[in-house]
Amino acid sequence: MNFLSAIGRATLTFLEATGRLALFTLTALAHCLRPPFYFRHIGRQMLEIGYYSLPVVGLTAVFTGMVLALQSYSGFSRFSAESAIATVVVLSITRELGPVLAGLMVAGRIGAAMAAELGTMRVTEQVDALTTLSTNPYKYLVVPRLIAGTTMLPILVMVADIIGVFGGYLVAVYRLGFNASSYINNTWQYLEFMDVVSGLVKAAAFGFVISLMGCYHGYNSRGGAQGVGAATTNAVVSASILILVMNYLLTGIFFS
Amino acid sequence: MTMAPLELTQDMDVPKISLKGVKKAFGPKVVLDGVDLDIQRGESVVIIGGSGTGKSVLLKSILGILQPDAGTIRIDGEDTTHITGRDRERARAKFGMLFQGAALFDSLPVWENVAFGLMQGQRVGRKEARERAVATLGAVGLGPDVANLSPSELSGGMQKRVGLARAICTNPEIIFFDEPTTGLDPIMADVINDLIVKCVKDLGATALSITHDMASARKIADRIAMLYKGKLIWVGPVSEIDNSGNAYVDQFIHGRAEGPIQMQIRAF
Repeated sequence: MNFLSAIGRATLTFLEATGRLALFTLTALAHCLRPPFYFRHIGRQMLEIGYYSLPVVGLTAVFTGMVLALQSYSGFSRFSAESAIATVVVLSITRELGPVLAGLMVAGRIGAAMAAELGTMRVTEQVDALTTLSTNPYKYLVVPRLIAGTTMLPILVMVADIIGVFGGYLVAVYRLGFNASSYINNTWQYLEFMDVVSGLVKAAAFGFVISLMGCYHGYNSRGGAQGVGAATTNAVVSASILILVMNYLLTGIFFS
Repeated sequence: MTMAPLELTQDMDVPKISLKGVKKAFGPKVVLDGVDLDIQRGESVVIIGGSGTGKSVLLKSILGILQPDAGTIRIDGEDTTHITGRDRERARAKFGMLFQGAALFDSLPVWENVAFGLMQGQRVGRKEARERAVATLGAVGLGPDVANLSPSELSGGMQKRVGLARAICTNPEIIFFDEPTTGLDPIMADVINDLIVKCVKDLGATALSITHDMASARKIADRIAMLYKGKLIWVGPVSEIDNSGNAYVDQFIHGRAEGPIQMQIRAF
């Protein structure tokens, strides 16, 4: 019986958490559409997410592109398929690695910061103070972060795509001795519009999830410093897992 | 009987805040167990009680941050227990609140904290809001040089003053004070008490405070109510607090360890 009640309790907890998250999401989305809009805050969040994440996302992208070129060369040269390297690099980056790695890096950087900031505001009663000052905390805190996350991540990923492909180019041309113009030619040859677009759509979804997890865990944190710490961890872990799961689902939708 | 127009009801003896049978529980823990209290216009009521007796929950229920499980809360005779959206925002615009830890927004400079309600709630322009914020800072004894500082640069007492300025800047009809003197030295506590009395009188506001500092309660209260185990066990004028004839009240105001009140270990 104890075994069954443990399963039951876990199921109830899971359903309760899902319901609470769904309510939070719907409330936040409803507030996205209704004024007042805090444009200054949206701008500040866009700067924080888009601009200040560029170095870390760029570094990730350039090394990923370089490693991809090296690895596929050592693999493909076994059956003389070196000409496919450019295609492998560009498809891997635009379809998968660009959005996923940028998403994971931003989840660590931004999701954690959001959860910590909102969590501290919650436990120091700043969220309640907003309410008493005729300001809806969803509109003031959550909506700008959701909008900034959803719009900035595709732009970040676009930049990451370019930097990643460039990283592959550098290794191929300067280390492996490929001809520069034929490498660029191969890169373009099999790249389709849909490859890039699907990556950007994924990025928008990941950006939304990162902001949502950061805000949700921060907004609902309880119990002082420890609670804020737990909220930060939960935000990063849940955003990362959701990114990986959603990546599979979205890939299934786009390419099946 | 038909409802009287708003102007008429305000002239009549409608309490500013009226609580009837307010109940709130978190899971199995009953925090408020049928609270009844009427607060008249311009009156200052202080709720005393030990830590974890539900004083903050009561304030948050009146503000609509928490929903009571049962009972009704009326502001100016209007039932605000379950209102939402614009009605709730309209009701909340009547309130100002000084939080226990001041709860200043640390991302904004002092003057933007004070002017926050003006700029966000009442759509006052930045220039005018700043002027009014500086004037309000003056009313709580802070000079204009404080306006551009960050809240984290201020001492606890100064933060409380800024919190007070923020609470009164929009000229609210009702002001809540959540443990206004907690964490302050006795002199600064008295300064804050004086400011509270002065600000409430100047605004003609109705004040509801919660505290466990008896010196503060005696200074700012017209009436004192004691909350114990989710019920108001004694309500009376501040002059009668020493002759309440209630053993719980006596134990609390004299701060004795022995008595009918047993210390509660768990917060929830």
